[in-house]
Amino acid sequence: MSATEERVSGNGHVGRRMRRKEDPRLITGRATYVDDMNLLGQLWCAFVRSPEAHAKIVSIDKSGAEARDDVFAVYTGDDLDLASGLPMAWVPPGVEVQTPEHWPLARGEVKHVGDPVAMVVGEDRYAVIDAAEEVLVEYDPLPAVTDPHAALEDGAPLVHESLGTNKIHEWSLGGGDLDAGFAEADVTIERTVVNHRTHGGAIEPRAVLAEDRAGDLTVWSSTQVPHFLRLFLALILNVSEERIRVVAPEVGGGFGSKLQIYGEEVLCAWAARKLARPVKWVETRSESMMAQHHGRDQVATVRIGAKRDGTVTAFHTKIVADMGAYLMLLTPVIPSLGAFVMNGCYKFPAVQTDIVGVFTNKMATDAIRGAGRPEATHMIETCMDQLAAELGLDPLEVRRRNFIPAGEFPYTTALGIVYDSGNYQGTLDKLLEHLDVDAFRREQEELRAKGIHRGIGFSTYTEICGLAPSRVVGPAGVGLQTGLWESAMVRVHITGAVTVYTGTSPHGQGLETSFAQIVADRLGVDPEQVEVLHGDTSTGPQGLGTYGSRSLSVGGEAIARATEKVAAKARAIVAHSLEAAPEDIEVQDGKFIVKGSPDKGMTLAEVAGAAYIPGDQLPPDLEPGLEETAFYDPENFVFPFGAHAAIVDVDVETGKVKVVRYLAVDDCGPAINPMLIDGQLHGGIVHAIGQVLYEQVVYDDTGQLVTGTFVDYALPTAAEVPSFELDRTETPSPTNSLGVKGIGEAGTIGASAAVVNATVDALRPLGVTELQMPLSPMRVWQQIQEAQA
Amino acid sequence: MIPPEFDYVAPESVDDVLAALRDGGEDAKLLAGGHSLLPLMKLRLAAPTLLVSLGKVPGLRGIERENGSWRIGALTRHADLQVRDELGVIATTAATIADQQVRNRGTIGGSLVHGDSASDLPTVLLALEGTVTLRGAGGTREVAAADLFQDYLTTAVQPDEVLTEIRLPSQDGWGGAYEKFTRRAEDWAMVGVLAAVKKGADGSCEDVRIGLTNMGSTPLRATAAEEALRGGGLDVDAIARAAEQAAEGTDPPADLNATSDYKRHLARVLCRRALEKAAAA
Repeated sequence: MSATEERVSGNGHVGRRMRRKEDPRLITGRATYVDDMNLLGQLWCAFVRSPEAHAKIVSIDKSGAEARDDVFAVYTGDDLDLASGLPMAWVPPGVEVQTPEHWPLARGEVKHVGDPVAMVVGEDRYAVIDAAEEVLVEYDPLPAVTDPHAALEDGAPLVHESLGTNKIHEWSLGGGDLDAGFAEADVTIERTVVNHRTHGGAIEPRAVLAEDRAGDLTVWSSTQVPHFLRLFLALILNVSEERIRVVAPEVGGGFGSKLQIYGEEVLCAWAARKLARPVKWVETRSESMMAQHHGRDQVATVRIGAKRDGTVTAFHTKIVADMGAYLMLLTPVIPSLGAFVMNGCYKFPAVQTDIVGVFTNKMATDAIRGAGRPEATHMIETCMDQLAAELGLDPLEVRRRNFIPAGEFPYTTALGIVYDSGNYQGTLDKLLEHLDVDAFRREQEELRAKGIHRGIGFSTYTEICGLAPSRVVGPAGVGLQTGLWESAMVRVHITGAVTVYTGTSPHGQGLETSFAQIVADRLGVDPEQVEVLHGDTSTGPQGLGTYGSRSLSVGGEAIARATEKVAAKARAIVAHSLEAAPEDIEVQDGKFIVKGSPDKGMTLAEVAGAAYIPGDQLPPDLEPGLEETAFYDPENFVFPFGAHAAIVDVDVETGKVKVVRYLAVDDCGPAINPMLIDGQLHGGIVHAIGQVLYEQVVYDDTGQLVTGTFVDYALPTAAEVPSFELDRTETPSPTNSLGVKGIGEAGTIGASAAVVNATVDALRPLGVTELQMPLSPMRVWQQIQEAQA
Repeated sequence: MIPPEFDYVAPESVDDVLAALRDGGEDAKLLAGGHSLLPLMKLRLAAPTLLVSLGKVPGLRGIERENGSWRIGALTRHADLQVRDELGVIATTAATIADQQVRNRGTIGGSLVHGDSASDLPTVLLALEGTVTLRGAGGTREVAAADLFQDYLTTAVQPDEVLTEIRLPSQDGWGGAYEKFTRRAEDWAMVGVLAAVKKGADGSCEDVRIGLTNMGSTPLRATAAEEALRGGGLDVDAIARAAEQAAEGTDPPADLNATSDYKRHLARVLCRRALEKAAAA
């Protein structure tokens, strides 16, 4: 049975542009973030961080800080009695990954600017930050390496001397006959594609508050993964897991930067136990720029072979991934996530991705919105334009000739990945309903005559999300040391109000609203009556957090399944009470009714009354109570897709690029809440425009961080982006009963190539044929000068 | 993001401010809108031991016309300037500073005393040949813009002096434009060029003033470009020729976003655009 047929229409809340339930508390300042919490007897901590990119620690003089009345303790790496260092959770079968020790406080050597060296615990935040300046660390600088290619050369300074190499690993994924593909090609082009280093930029920095009461440890942290954090705290601190509670209260954004087990989280918990006092830390923005994991930082050599008609015969990518100084939770696996969608939305018959991970003296990279797939999509979609230019074909025509036809899903790619559903031609056709390309080309000509250089660029993408089928990504598959199912518990209270617990950990996405819509339809209540709890390891079943656009398609499906169990019990109770068959009971207008007799029915409150005050109405074979739990491990990933178009103006005298129009048609299956989809796309597209035009983490040759503040790390603002023109198609996924696919990262994954392609299109008459991100004004101007020379 | 410890006083007269500065010694700092000083303190790049707030001193905020010039109180906010159309290019330049929240707090006096060559109002003062009034224990002195800006973040204002007032010539009869080049709307100028043009009855250039932002350690005048234009025509070609000399004699420091060459190139492009707008105004 197809997903469409399984959809539950219920009370009509699913599909509605319902306003976010969480917004009133957020916009009136009534939400509780970690920094809003203070405990009796609480201490603060601050970290002494390395100003050196690479150095031996000669000595640490704590005496100045320790002498202060307002300081309780100063700890260094030698003081820590941890059972293990910070985790890295990827053990790919058959692949050696050089994994250095990574301690929360440096032992002997610092490896990047911002590497924590000491922890100061004291009376208040001002005291510890002042005191941290009084911890005197003597460094003996070592040569630093910041360029990943240089790091691979013989004789390069070694980030980790003990490993004897800067090469972390080599990993490949391929399918089809690559050699035959290139042999068959009429044209082969090779391009370098740079996906530069970025910062997550969540508005709330990291924050931790830890308390130990009689051996029960509670840690409040601004994290996307409270359950993982509890697990690793148990392992690292050698504390039994049931004695640890981790709470992610309100979290002000993450974008992947809080999908991590950070040393600061471990240290706050460790110190709280050691000192038997609550310990709090709130990161400064300067710290977050240097010590939250970064994203991207891949240089790829892409080779694409094609027939003269544009049919691609082979696609080969070699990626050098600069992973920074340490391997954090998922650092080395991020480029591999991109390799899974290196087919794009195309019938490429032979595809291969070869990845080399490299240590440099920079902060570690890890997941940032899209995590590998924006890089991959950028490679594919900029090269499709390059191919079209090489062949003198329309870039959209080249895409059409390679699209996987809508009738061929589920489609197994050359890589063996099964795309669940898709209609790539459909999203592109719909995009072109909103955009008259011929009219644009005429306008473009007229504008060029006036000296205005306007360009149009496209990107048609699919991505892999809904992390993840445990059998595929778990220890026996890709090698992540976890399952990636999700859990849900649905509890109907005696009044008919509903509490839902989800193991996902929303941090700004609006999932309290979409989850409530799903439950409300199935139980015949108003979404306002459905409370969604998350982010507290003590309130529900095990969960795995929020990342990889998994919350709706995995977590939401778990909720739908748990709710369905509740509804089944409700139907049994109603059927018993009304002397009907359970299969004849349905939800309509807020009631469980007997089909065809809308006047005969029970509200959920009445059903709950029967369940909790057992009497004649509760069937004798049913337990009292009305709550159910479900665990859901998806059979497959989900593959959202879309067609994006950017129109940019380039001031060719200065090199400044401005996005003047942006259109996108995306497909993430049937909408639960279209407004939330729009919101995710707005943010996602801005994230990509930020990477293309504004944002870049820059280290100089000595490993100093140049972009240490939001002055230099240029996040785009509303002034830099146009109003987005969005539309959707709905192709259900057969993977889950809701038919849904993730949308949190899709905008970011799809958008960057469209903007770059548009800029190249604008500048093609000036001889510019390719551009590398970031398209800062100077770089664009320089490339125009080079093309003109 | 947490400043070192400091004391704070808020005197209610200029005399008391001067006394507080004297008592506070060399590590005392004046606080106006706080939009330059406080970020430096939070980044621990500045560590004054005493902040002397000007906020409670009456009479330091306001804009008045007097004998063909504007008297502007030191505590006048950028937001106060940006809404006064009769200020011409002074107002339009103020409107480009950072974002509205900054303009609501930042002051003209604070911006001038800070002396950041990447800021916009120092260029306004220099290009329009304004003056500032400094009050110190020894009395009051007037300092011309050309003498005020001495080096990177260094002005002629002594540690025991308070800038109380700014005088800028009225823009009657002048056309003006400020071309500010930024990556994002809220950023400091990568380069900015202010042009003010006084046209004669025959449409020729009777007088011209061109100021440069972020092209050196202080705001600069593009004197070569001015001389090329002064007394001649204001047609497109004349403007373009003059603008070619906009970066003459400058040696702008390279930074994250721009090499020196690129800055000089921008100065030429922006100068032409500013002159065209000023001549058309």
